[in-house]
Amino acid sequence: MRSPSLLSVLAVALTAAGCATQQGSTTQAAPPSPHVKFGKPISNADLAAWDIDIRTTDGKGLPVGRGTVAEGKTVYDAKCIACHGADAKGGAVYGTMVGGIGSFKTTTRVLTPGSMYPYAPILFDYIRRAMPMDHPQSLTTNEIYAVSAYLLNLNGIIPDNAVMDQNTLAQVQMPNRNGFIVDDRPDTKAVRCMTNCK
Amino acid sequence: MPTKRDFKSGTVVDGFTDSVLPVASSGDISPTISNPARRNFLRRGSTLAGGVLTGGASLAAAAPLAVPESMQTFGKPIPENDYGVPSKFESNVRRRRTDVFKNRQNFSDWSFTPLQDQHGIITPNGLIYERHHNGTPDIDPAKHRLVIHGMVKQPLEFTMEDLLRYPAVSKFYFMECSGNGLTDWLKAASTTVQQTHGLLSCAQWTGVPVSWLLDETGIDPGAKWVMFEGADGAGHVRSVPLKKVLDDCLIVYAQNGEMLRPEQGYPVRLFVPGWEGNVCVKWLRRIKVGDQPWNFRSETARYTDPMPDGMWRQFSFDMECKSVITRPSGGMSIKPGMHEIQGFAWSGNGTIRAVDVTVDGGATWREARLEEPVLDKCLTRFRYAWDWKGGPATIASRAVDSTGYVQPTVADITKVRAIVGFVQHHNGIFPWSVSASGEVKNAIA
Repeated sequence: MRSPSLLSVLAVALTAAGCATQQGSTTQAAPPSPHVKFGKPISNADLAAWDIDIRTTDGKGLPVGRGTVAEGKTVYDAKCIACHGADAKGGAVYGTMVGGIGSFKTTTRVLTPGSMYPYAPILFDYIRRAMPMDHPQSLTTNEIYAVSAYLLNLNGIIPDNAVMDQNTLAQVQMPNRNGFIVDDRPDTKAVRCMTNCK
Repeated sequence: MPTKRDFKSGTVVDGFTDSVLPVASSGDISPTISNPARRNFLRRGSTLAGGVLTGGASLAAAAPLAVPESMQTFGKPIPENDYGVPSKFESNVRRRRTDVFKNRQNFSDWSFTPLQDQHGIITPNGLIYERHHNGTPDIDPAKHRLVIHGMVKQPLEFTMEDLLRYPAVSKFYFMECSGNGLTDWLKAASTTVQQTHGLLSCAQWTGVPVSWLLDETGIDPGAKWVMFEGADGAGHVRSVPLKKVLDDCLIVYAQNGEMLRPEQGYPVRLFVPGWEGNVCVKWLRRIKVGDQPWNFRSETARYTDPMPDGMWRQFSFDMECKSVITRPSGGMSIKPGMHEIQGFAWSGNGTIRAVDVTVDGGATWREARLEEPVLDKCLTRFRYAWDWKGGPATIASRAVDSTGYVQPTVADITKVRAIVGFVQHHNGIFPWSVSASGEVKNAIA
């Protein structure tokens, strides 16, 4: 019989949640699991249409497909140019997606996929999930590889004849590959001065 | 509803006869009818109150009082059903996009909480700030599904009905966008505290610890990071360390006593206490467990902090200790005399231990009163009595949290980070100037 044990477990969990106090504690650890199980098993095959994330560091999750720079220009001019402008130099809605490489040590940092992305598969992941903004997830796998190739080429990162696919995209060396440090805060050491402070 | 007879004879409540109600039918009440004794009492009262508020300055006597129209007619009857909204006289209290940093579309955009009009620590649900990456989706909870997979022993799917069957947990937490204040680091670009600090809200959040659901799926050895993805048109997605997820993250379906508002992630979102709002993924549809971060666009090209030598700080999740004066604040005008300086303090790393206030531009600081409750990772109210003599003044607050961390100045932060472009995580001390005529202005520069 499941019901009696479930009820007692729920009662214990509810008591634990009710007794937990926020006040005076520095952390609020989650109450212990009630060990009830309401999820339904699902196979990886049945959630395949949802499984769209790419681990961008090594391209894990990239689907089989391919696209060229020239094909990418065709897709871009049809589906991206209205917002991002000709040659991805900025348009009606968004700024440039080209250039900025080398700008981070100046007083004006220009953020583009070329200058900023540490890993090229970010292009595939982001275009697939979010672009074009009025019809996300409408591009085919080959179209996404092609647009990725086109943007990388406009930024001078891959040659005109490059082909991007499930293997080559992750091998592209991005200029900002080593541009990140992990969080090392607190990085300030302010003092609680009360009088004659400055 | 009382009968007409009740109005004429006076109502009896708990044995006390209410003799203040005029004995007249609603059709022939003169607006000049009043109770002289009561009017004199009110006049004395207002004079006394005025004396306290103005520090004893002499005042002209108040004008004679008429009976309010609201006392001479029916009020609005109770409708069969409705959802209450604020008084029409509060229609200026609204979330607003800013005119300081204007996006050229309003799908990936943000709106600010009117902190200057918030009383107490809880933000009303209709005023909680917004930041979306492709607008607000319209999701039918009956059709919504949450999936957990990846490095788990058994992938699971949950309906909303499933999630609501678990024992519930309710917690008070602030939520702040990492971009709060980004227009006002080095120059006073914004006018109001809504514009400078309004990507900040506080609510009681109700849901289920993520750890319970991961306990149900089981976690594979070597798992270290967890991906959370939304069901919006941006498929917004972030990686969060498993340690934090198991520590205190919640799958949240309600806020301040009701189901989430659509713009807050209806029907379900992630809530990551004390961390930047961007990781509190709304319209949550998928959780994937992995052994390393995914390095999405939203955690590389965006939501990273410019550092010296052209570098960027990544995964800077904590919203560090911060405070701001909300009253008086930018755009207001004050008169000489007593004022209660009011504001908020909060820390993603614990509770607020103290707040200090300066009224002389930072030369001298005095400790403000913290109002209970003082909760972990929650807005805390501070109050400070200030007798403004009328000369130019610069006021600001400085918070200290339970780790001992002291809120820095922008100058302190500038020494260790690069303040260039679109800079996140502004927790600097924020001054307001008060001119000799009482005009309050942004004084961050």
